[in-house]
Amino acid sequence: MEAFLHQVLSGLATGSIYAIVALALVMIYQATHLVNFAQGEMAMFSTYLAWTMLDAGFPYWLAFAGTVALSFVLGVAIERIVIRPVEKAPVLAVVIVFIGLLVILNSVAGWIYTYTIKSFPSPFPDRTILGGYVSAHELGVMAVTMGVLALLFLFFRFTPLGLAMRAAAQNPVSSRLVGIRVGWMLALGWGLAAAIGAVAGMLVAPIVFLDPNMMAGILLYGFAAALLGGIDNPAGAVVGGLAVGVLENLSGAYLVGTELKLTVALVLIVGVLLVRPSGLFGRVVVSRV
Amino acid sequence: MTAILEVSGLTAGYGASPVLHGLDFDVPVGGVATILGANGAGKTTTLRAVSGLIRAAGEVRFAGERIDRLAAEDVARRGIAHVPDGRGTFVQLSVEENLRLGAYVRRDPAGVARDFERVFDLFPVLKERRRQQAGTLSGGEQQMLAISRALMLRPRLMLMDEPSFGLAPLVVREIFRIMRMVNREEGVAILLVEQNASLALDLASRAFLLETGRLVVGGSAADLKADDAVRRSYLGY
Repeated sequence: MEAFLHQVLSGLATGSIYAIVALALVMIYQATHLVNFAQGEMAMFSTYLAWTMLDAGFPYWLAFAGTVALSFVLGVAIERIVIRPVEKAPVLAVVIVFIGLLVILNSVAGWIYTYTIKSFPSPFPDRTILGGYVSAHELGVMAVTMGVLALLFLFFRFTPLGLAMRAAAQNPVSSRLVGIRVGWMLALGWGLAAAIGAVAGMLVAPIVFLDPNMMAGILLYGFAAALLGGIDNPAGAVVGGLAVGVLENLSGAYLVGTELKLTVALVLIVGVLLVRPSGLFGRVVVSRV
Repeated sequence: MTAILEVSGLTAGYGASPVLHGLDFDVPVGGVATILGANGAGKTTTLRAVSGLIRAAGEVRFAGERIDRLAAEDVARRGIAHVPDGRGTFVQLSVEENLRLGAYVRRDPAGVARDFERVFDLFPVLKERRRQQAGTLSGGEQQMLAISRALMLRPRLMLMDEPSFGLAPLVVREIFRIMRMVNREEGVAILLVEQNASLALDLASRAFLLETGRLVVGGSAADLKADDAVRRSYLGY
């Protein structure tokens, strides 16, 4: 029973990281209806930026905030420079650009920082709490995830800019007619996705260690989380992330063993697409023809 | 300076096929002009070219300033509110959010708050349904919302695309009554395109007849009403 509870709690912790990755995917999906395959590598690159700042002697939370801000700017820049030219191109062209971005970021990170694994610090104390069931880092990860979700909710629900971003995603033409600069709203979406991804990278790096390939598996879980929760719904993405984390841990411990854990994510992706393509909380779009 | 909108040689279309072939028309300051025409004559395209949604050749001046090279969002920021065909409702947002978006470019919160009251006075049903998802409104209510969203911009000119389309006659009468009121009492100029010629000619002081991308008749609304060709083809008597 104790082992079971432990599996569930640590599943919720890793699930929180999947949830943040899924949130980042949702940011771009909402605006463009495309899944950003480079999301993981963007997060990985951000984490290296944080590592550089920490290496230079910045205090942790300053490096954290600096990385989030810098990632936001880089995300906006990527949209303006790389994505904008293919805005009206067929879907496949954009997907290829995403994959190109993935490969480039991965290689550049390897070139600058080498492929040697680096350790990355956690801002939370190195001990277990709640009677040993959960580590301080795991609890911290959950708290940060909820914080990110709450901030996003407040931003989209209560600020004019958040409203404008939702409007631009839903109805670009009407948005332009009320004076919203739709192109910049897309760029902001990329900035948010990059910033959120940076948070995920910095939280997962203490667990999986920092190297250019660290996000590969996590992105896959993030996809599964986003799909399960409904890829157009931020709250759904978080629920999906937590569910995937717990499911992964339990099936790893009791069903398939650690080697086949990643398969669980793939089975989940295929399963959701077959049974309920809009996810648990996603909007079912019905169009009259 | 008697015209708020002056258009000359307006040519526009989609891709390689031109729809409009050199239109000249104007809207007087604080006045109402209407462009009549059958389906496919190019009425919607004309409004889209003026508001910058599609690229156009020719000259469009708004209050003396060239706007024909501006993007749609910049045209809106100059005070032209386009109520598009299909009403352009943000269907997943609430009625109130739709109205807030109408005032997106304004930086005077007090004035925006007053305009909320004003559109709720004009259309009380919108006040009742302010928290409701806009996509659940009836067609007439969505048209009222579209007009209200445009008014929230505090426009100097409104471009109205077939406000009567698909609505019950009673609702149409109510909407035209309010458009007339907005025009008379607040001096908002209106460029109206309509298939319903008799309604449009009652509201407008200037009128133009569009046939397959060319303006064939133009003048005072009274003259057009008396014009035999217009009467036979569009008024039906």
